[in-house]
Amino acid sequence: MGMTISQKILAVHAGLDHVEAGELVNCQLDVILGNDVTSPVAISEFDRLGYEKVHDQEKIVLVPDHFTPNKDIKSAEQAKILRDFAKKQGLTNYFEIGQMGIEHCLLPEQGLVAPGDLIIGADSHTCTYGALGAFATGVGSTDMAAAMATGEAWFKVPEAIKFVYYGKMPEWVGGKDLILHTIGDIGVDGARYMSMEFTGEAIDSLSIDNRFTMANMAIEAGGKNGIFTPDEIILNYVKNRVKRPYKVYKSDLDAKYLEIREYDVSKLEPVIAFPHLPENTRFVSEATDVEIDQIVIGSCTNGRTEDLKIAASILKGKKVHPEVRVIIFPGTQQIYLEALRNGYIETFVEAGAVVSTPTCGPCLGGHMGILAKGEKALATTNRNFVGRMGHPESEVYLSSPAVAAASAVKGRITPPWEV
Amino acid sequence: MKLTGKVHKFGADIDTDAIIPARYLNTFDPDELAKHCMEDADPLFPEKVQAGDIIVADKNFGCGSSREHAPIAIKGAGVSCVIAKSFARIFYRNSINIGLPILECDEAADAALNGDELIVELETGMITNKRTGEEYQAAPFPEFMQAIIHKGGLINYVKAKKS
Repeated sequence: MGMTISQKILAVHAGLDHVEAGELVNCQLDVILGNDVTSPVAISEFDRLGYEKVHDQEKIVLVPDHFTPNKDIKSAEQAKILRDFAKKQGLTNYFEIGQMGIEHCLLPEQGLVAPGDLIIGADSHTCTYGALGAFATGVGSTDMAAAMATGEAWFKVPEAIKFVYYGKMPEWVGGKDLILHTIGDIGVDGARYMSMEFTGEAIDSLSIDNRFTMANMAIEAGGKNGIFTPDEIILNYVKNRVKRPYKVYKSDLDAKYLEIREYDVSKLEPVIAFPHLPENTRFVSEATDVEIDQIVIGSCTNGRTEDLKIAASILKGKKVHPEVRVIIFPGTQQIYLEALRNGYIETFVEAGAVVSTPTCGPCLGGHMGILAKGEKALATTNRNFVGRMGHPESEVYLSSPAVAAASAVKGRITPPWEV
Repeated sequence: MKLTGKVHKFGADIDTDAIIPARYLNTFDPDELAKHCMEDADPLFPEKVQAGDIIVADKNFGCGSSREHAPIAIKGAGVSCVIAKSFARIFYRNSINIGLPILECDEAADAALNGDELIVELETGMITNKRTGEEYQAAPFPEFMQAIIHKGGLINYVKAKKS
């Protein structure tokens, strides 16, 4: 029996020729990631382990992005724990304010993650790097601590579901809509413990930024990882970024899938996820009666250049609705600079939106855009759980940047073609 | 080990933002986190919960973020064990790693009512509902995970392997 791409990556990193779904394996890791919320716990656990030095100074990446620039004294203390640890251990990949970005936008951009890698991150959206054909999955702080000490982690080899997207993509439909539609179909635990393999002719021509968005939300279906097969688009993206050798893997033709699900994308519209789960999806034309108080465009899901470009193309020469607050978060300093050079930031400011420094900020109700009781936000982020963006009685709706920008103009959920 | 505790029952897809909202993640002190445990699912939970109590939930408990603060908050609140129909994978892993006992059992989760008293045998996975006298068998842990559980979590397990 053949193996899936995910199984092959695990096998190679475990030093085995073959693995089967369900097998427990111990693997060597290529990248270990943490942020300012999860790393302080990991560093405290690392100290308990009794190791003087980390296993490999180059494989650990620390990014203070959640509550930074520090939102309060406690957050400042947490960020300082990372800074001090990075210095003491001589970590080569610590990203200070000014160099940092939202971790899952930053690592690919900096060439720190590559096809065929095995990556763990103490952040659930670590699955984003599957867009490059890597096996990347979220873990907790204790796993991160053990991995910093030993360079290893244990995994249960996952089964896989293959998702095949075929047909011509309609205008205004993108990666966010494909993944929301998929989560709406299989549910928030529809891929629990499994690999989600994204394939099909609609994927073949999908841009790298759209693929990051899709892989990013595999966790919202309970997936262990989401993954794309390396092709020309992926190899072009990593070509001038990744400075170390890497290897490309593909699923065997006789690889076993628990299920194969097919979607005709030509029948899709932009998708909205209603409160309070990402699986509560509707097409945008069935959602236009929802009035919105705040729009958030950005995050590890949709804070990349292509996302800002589409938002700017809709907001160009228009004004934000007077009763709506629009907050835009470029994912990294580099993306910020590109948005500046391309004139997107001028467009946003002239339209009446605010543009923030890169931070996870409002996505998780941290800072920079918290909701009051009863308020509704439309966000290009990934979660709309109860209280996710502020008061437990506030509401979050999820969409693509195109729908978010159109809705910013109208003050209610709006299809992009109406603006 | 035998645990006895009162049931606090929750529904399906209880996410880690409900278990411990991100607004409290600027600390990882278990006592601080415990003050807000389950707050967005049941605002009165931090007042009601007593040492040894048991959380019982439907499917996909702990979905969402990787924050280890979620099982830390539950453990900090004195909860002795979580029983659910299923757990999201990062929460499952985190709980094993920090030594919070968790058990998967459909029947026990369906039958338990708020306030019931359960007896849980961790070694065997046997759950007894004192009100009804009914017994349920939870899914067993793989051997490798039992080894982590026996050591009291991943840190002690790795330490033991090192020496």
